[in-house]
Amino acid sequence: MAKADSLQGSMDLLVLKILSRRPGLHGYAIMSAIQDISGEVLRVEEGSLYPALHRMEEDGWIRAEWIRKETGRRARLYELTAAGKRQLGAEESRWQAVTLAVNRVLREA
Amino acid sequence: MSLWSRIGNVLRGDRLNREIDDELESHIAEAITQGRDPVEARKAFGSALRHREGSRDVRLVASLESLRADAIFGWRQLVKTKITSAAAILSLALAIGACTSAFRLIDALLLRPLPVANPERLYDLSRQGIGPEGKPQTFDGWAYPDFQLMRAAVKEQAELFAVSYAEPVDLTYKSDGEIEKAYLQYVSGWMFPTLGLRPALGRLFTENDDLKPGGHPYAVLSHDYWAHRFGQDSNVIGRTFRMGNEIYEISGVVEAPFTGTEPGTMVDIFVPTMMNPAVTRKDSTWHRSLAVVKPGAVLEPIAQKLEATSRAFEEERAKGFLGISKEEIDNFLNQKVLLEPAGPGVSELQSETRRPLAVLGVLVGLVLLIACANVANLMTAQASARVREMAVRVSIGGGRWRLIQLVLVQSAWLALLAAAVGGLFAWWSGPFVISMINPPDNPARLVLPTDWRVFGFGLAVALGVTLLFGLAPALRASSVNPVSALKGGNDPHSKRRLMHALIAVQVAFCFLVLFVAGLFVTTFQRLSHQPTGFSTDRLLVLDTVAKDPQPPEFWEQVAEHLRGVQGVETVAMADSPLLGGNGWNNFISVNGAPPSGVLSYMRAVSPGWLEAMKIPLKDGRDFRPADAHPGAALVDETFVKVYFDGVDPVGKTFDLSMDEGLRLRYEIVGLVGDVRYRNLREPILPQLYVPFHSVDDKGVARKKGGGVLLVRTSGLNPRALAAVLRQEVPRARPEFRVSRIRTQLEINQSHTVRERLLATLALFFAIVALLLAGVGLYGVLHYSVLQRRREIGIRIAVGAQSGGIARLVTTDVFAMVLVGAVAGVGLGMLSVRYVEALFYQVKATDLQMLALPSLAILAGAFLAALRPVMQAVRIEPVSMLRAE
Repeated sequence: MAKADSLQGSMDLLVLKILSRRPGLHGYAIMSAIQDISGEVLRVEEGSLYPALHRMEEDGWIRAEWIRKETGRRARLYELTAAGKRQLGAEESRWQAVTLAVNRVLREA
Repeated sequence: MSLWSRIGNVLRGDRLNREIDDELESHIAEAITQGRDPVEARKAFGSALRHREGSRDVRLVASLESLRADAIFGWRQLVKTKITSAAAILSLALAIGACTSAFRLIDALLLRPLPVANPERLYDLSRQGIGPEGKPQTFDGWAYPDFQLMRAAVKEQAELFAVSYAEPVDLTYKSDGEIEKAYLQYVSGWMFPTLGLRPALGRLFTENDDLKPGGHPYAVLSHDYWAHRFGQDSNVIGRTFRMGNEIYEISGVVEAPFTGTEPGTMVDIFVPTMMNPAVTRKDSTWHRSLAVVKPGAVLEPIAQKLEATSRAFEEERAKGFLGISKEEIDNFLNQKVLLEPAGPGVSELQSETRRPLAVLGVLVGLVLLIACANVANLMTAQASARVREMAVRVSIGGGRWRLIQLVLVQSAWLALLAAAVGGLFAWWSGPFVISMINPPDNPARLVLPTDWRVFGFGLAVALGVTLLFGLAPALRASSVNPVSALKGGNDPHSKRRLMHALIAVQVAFCFLVLFVAGLFVTTFQRLSHQPTGFSTDRLLVLDTVAKDPQPPEFWEQVAEHLRGVQGVETVAMADSPLLGGNGWNNFISVNGAPPSGVLSYMRAVSPGWLEAMKIPLKDGRDFRPADAHPGAALVDETFVKVYFDGVDPVGKTFDLSMDEGLRLRYEIVGLVGDVRYRNLREPILPQLYVPFHSVDDKGVARKKGGGVLLVRTSGLNPRALAAVLRQEVPRARPEFRVSRIRTQLEINQSHTVRERLLATLALFFAIVALLLAGVGLYGVLHYSVLQRRREIGIRIAVGAQSGGIARLVTTDVFAMVLVGAVAGVGLGMLSVRYVEALFYQVKATDLQMLALPSLAILAGAFLAALRPVMQAVRIEPVSMLRAE
């Protein structure tokens, strides 16, 4: 993902998906996970991750809590809410529909 | 997180910033732990500040945050100029408070719907026509038999019910020794269900409680009376009280807050109409008729049906009228029945004070506008001082709307603070004004609730005021042109023009307030110094009642006993006090001729009454104990003018023409001076006096159940003797009681209550208006001197004289004062037509009435100008120019 905004909503989808599999990640870990799993194809622009996280938190899809790590540093960990799970379902099926449609265009054009 | 948490975050802005920073910092730290180069990590992350702003905006309501910032900034601006702000807030508070107070009064008396189920469908029936004196009149009193016919006639479209004019009555709960007063209203039994009222205790009346004349001695108490007389004792049901010769049993208490249908009078006790002795009489109009129309019913056909029914009733009655001209009978029959909305109730206090309150409302509104103009000028002056700040804000990207908001928020601060102070003022002054309307012995009792209506009004005024004085300066500030403003080349005159225009408006309004106040004060003075023809000096009026009617010699015994009390100078008796409001009259015939068309007004008085009232005896003699009614009469000079062409009548006779052609013959034994009969405004009436002692047609003395004892005391304060006299009356004869004690002075003053209220409040508003306008003028002059001090300095440096400088500074402003005053005269002439009915012996066109406010405004303007002019003249050119 060269630009977070280039595919609308895909950032939300990725964050929600990651958090649904591994609850309790902090921002940096979410970013690393997206990069690792996608085999370094998708890169999240570091700064724009946080406004997105905070927006989803405002919308009630994820919630966050401060913890103190064993190194003594504080970190803010995120996890999915029930509303977030529903949102993830909706985002996934939308994504499927879009990619299906795009594939069909590529195939049949 | 919800909207609430976002609103909440507005108030926790700093903490939010810290949290976001912490999280971003922990991101970088994590990256470094993962082995990335710190510099690279920070670079990859980008501007932390930008990310923080991004996160921040999603986590709080941005518009609210700017509002909060403006509120803080606005507050600081106010605090920075403490004295001007305080002056603005106080003047505005006075005006807002007066406005709210006036609204509270007007709302409670005239606007607020009665606490019943259907106030919007409630109407009052009245008749409009030509009265016996040939003048148009409207009257809403009805005779009960007529009411019954009308009720039956419109049964399908409306429910009619009768309510008597509420009045204070004497009643006793235990021994007869303890007479107390309570406000009583006769009401139709079905009134309570018709108005959807429920009992708080016991049961209320129904139709079945109001069927047979004299057959339903039951009473329902108002909640208020139950609370203050019985402390909400639930054992009150079944208790009895005596009123007149009737024993009543308390059957229930009506739920609060219903206290009758007359705003200004809180009814204590309701009894069925059938208990009123006049209920079967066709000639006694003693009650109002109210109607609750059915939903969807049309008024016009109902009114027509009522009119036809009532006319048929009166036509039947008129057949028995004798000695009344055809024209008068026609006038009497040709009356139109009106249905007037009575949602807020109907009362005499309402009709008496509607116009005065409206006038006061307008005066108060004008004062508010004057105060607004002051604050607008203040804001304009401040805004011009801040023009550079505004220009900087615009150049670094502040939106126009943000600038408008900035200035408006500051205005809102002023308005809200003023509204809070004004609210306190209104809370205090409302009951104070009510106490001023009150005659001392017959207080108007008015529920003055402070609820959402009053609060909403106050808030609306505050908001309106904010826009009124805040919008112009706000728009002006927002339209600032940064380049010219920062160069200092803005046109300074445009602001002064606005301020000058406001000065003219202020002066015009101020003149109007002063002018109207002057008219009211003069009216009050003329009316209260109106000669009455008698003296109130040290005179007490004792309303006296006897348990059963008593013979004249017992009445005389009581009077004689009081003459022996220490401190009593003279005692006399009469049927009613002078200027007491009540009266009776008759047609007179002289030398056996048919009765003349002029009514003569009557009063029954005892020997010595003339002396007690200090009414001069012009000829003949006073009554003697042997004189009786009918037989001897005293007449006044107007009577002689009307019936005897001014020729001395002593020794002559006249006839009183009674019902059914009966005539009573009187010999005039004395001629006395004219006095005011019912009130102070009407012309002197022809009056005749008959002896207090009356005999029936067989010459047997009639017994009397009530009268007034007039006591002139030797002490200067007649009230001091009141308690003693109250005790001495039953001591003289145990059948007699004093039910009420007033001084004659109080009775006289009760006729000028409305005028006194208007004069006092109008004068107060006039002073406030003058003060505010003066402060406004001072502010503008002061500002313009400050603004032009460079120019003035140069003029002084090149040799201008002090007089020239003073002219320079004041010419424009005084021209505006003149324009305003002329406009004020115009406004005054236009508006005076609407209030003329409230004046007495004063004309709006009197030179004096115009000269006084003009002089006051001129003097005010002069005082206001004094200091700024001194400042201008004393400008030191050298230091002035050096400072530049």
